[in-house]
Amino acid sequence: MQRLGIINYLGVIVNFTNKTLTIAELEARKLQHDFTELITRAVQPALWLLIFGEVLASIRAIPTGNLPYLDFMAPGILAQSVLFIAIFYGIAIIWERDLGIVHKFLATPTPRSALVLGKALSAGERGLAQAVIVYALAFGLGVHINWNIISLLLVVVVIILGSALFSTFSLIIACLVKTRERFMGIGQILTMPLFFASNAIYPISIMPKWLQVASQVNPLTYMTDALRALMLVNGPTVYGVPFDLLFLVVTNVVNVAIAAKLYPRVVI
Amino acid sequence: MAEVKLLQRTESVAQKLTGFILQTESLTKRFGNFTAVDTLTISIEAGDIFGLVGPNGAGKTTVIKMLTTLLPPTSGNASINGNSILHDPAKVRRVIGYVPQLLSADGALTGYENLLIFSKLYDVPRQERKKRISEVLDFMGLSDFSDRLVRTYSGGMIRRLEIAQAMLHRPKVLFLDEPTVGLDPVARKAVWQHIQQLRVDYGTTIFLTTHYMDEADQLCARLAIMHLGKVAAIGSPSELKSSVGETATLDDAFAYYSGAEVDSVGGYRETSRVRRTARRVG
Repeated sequence: MQRLGIINYLGVIVNFTNKTLTIAELEARKLQHDFTELITRAVQPALWLLIFGEVLASIRAIPTGNLPYLDFMAPGILAQSVLFIAIFYGIAIIWERDLGIVHKFLATPTPRSALVLGKALSAGERGLAQAVIVYALAFGLGVHINWNIISLLLVVVVIILGSALFSTFSLIIACLVKTRERFMGIGQILTMPLFFASNAIYPISIMPKWLQVASQVNPLTYMTDALRALMLVNGPTVYGVPFDLLFLVVTNVVNVAIAAKLYPRVVI
Repeated sequence: MAEVKLLQRTESVAQKLTGFILQTESLTKRFGNFTAVDTLTISIEAGDIFGLVGPNGAGKTTVIKMLTTLLPPTSGNASINGNSILHDPAKVRRVIGYVPQLLSADGALTGYENLLIFSKLYDVPRQERKKRISEVLDFMGLSDFSDRLVRTYSGGMIRRLEIAQAMLHRPKVLFLDEPTVGLDPVARKAVWQHIQQLRVDYGTTIFLTTHYMDEADQLCARLAIMHLGKVAAIGSPSELKSSVGETATLDDAFAYYSGAEVDSVGGYRETSRVRRTARRVG
């Protein structure tokens, strides 16, 4: 009897994993058909690194210690472009709801949490494509990139966690506001503070006290901190990579749980 | 082994006895003060094509959303193949197929990929997937187009692909929400033929909603006319017609039972939804 219980339990986990991967496979197949989208996504980080980065590096306005400013900034821009892609996943859900795609998925025997986590992994796939672009740009600009295989693998983990985190956050908001117009407004309100109230393009230490507090509860800060440590040769970290990863994992679990509860309500 | 056989037989006997694959009991949905579906009680026999008709806003889509477990009812219950939508929604989802009113196939994927993803979501065994997919492609007349991106399909082809997606797991009940909205007459006829063939070849029970009386007349063994959330009349198309008058058409019956104020209820949201579908398929 107990044996049967364990087998059931395993069955649930296998089923959940398979379904999650199926949703992620769908996104991977879409990306495979449409490379142009990936290319156009490269424009924004390129502008940040080439214009903003070069200008600020030349005036030396931001205290980054021994680190050249472009080195300091490159992981921040990677985190930023992951954020910008993931935060608009919510609008994709509203679009799919308007088309009836969400209804059809919800009427299949797929666990709700697998639908949400599958979407989160899908955002991770796009985030990784973005990472390739930022790495190439950074390398071209002479950033001292750490090519150690373990560091690279950890960067992959951080990007997937970050994409998942912000896309589920965006999904939660989409489930609450339900229309594209409202989401567009809120999306703008959210991305800018998340970006500027973080250590992405300047260290937290130069901020006023109140903003420092805000930055320290901002997941983008921990994502950037981990990326800075892993992406650069002798990359600095303020909080330590293990703590960064822990912070990202915990916020992810909370977000997926909330999103799975709210997701079925998006069709009502 | 013998036990399994016996079990199967009792099951099929039970089904013969009741004969109903889908039953609702006082199914009700309220949104605030507005009662979208009011104590709906209907029974549908296995293998029938059942149609739900009514003006915009009569509650047809809300009924389908409740039966497909997307929307919990305010009160009442329904059972599909013996599973309650309240207590066993997961089991209900295994025995139903659902084609929403809007175009829901993914345009950025090929026809084959759309089917592959859904065969996985519906737990079609790995070794059977290829066979099942080519079977439904063949059935819907889409085999030659399976490797093309769906965004290059015509409206009628997309609709057939969506029905193919919903029949991969051989559902007991297939829900079609306005299956031919926005299609041209030729594409509509093709969809009708496939729906009828589906019932003949697979014995699938089909539950559809429609605005078109010619469609209801052609396809449905039984019809319910909904008005303001209630069933105003129920019966075969010919019964409904003769209940209104000797020379009455189904349009007359519809107007009679739905109070003739055909377009009084559908709001902006519904109208824009239908228009959008029409634009995408057109």
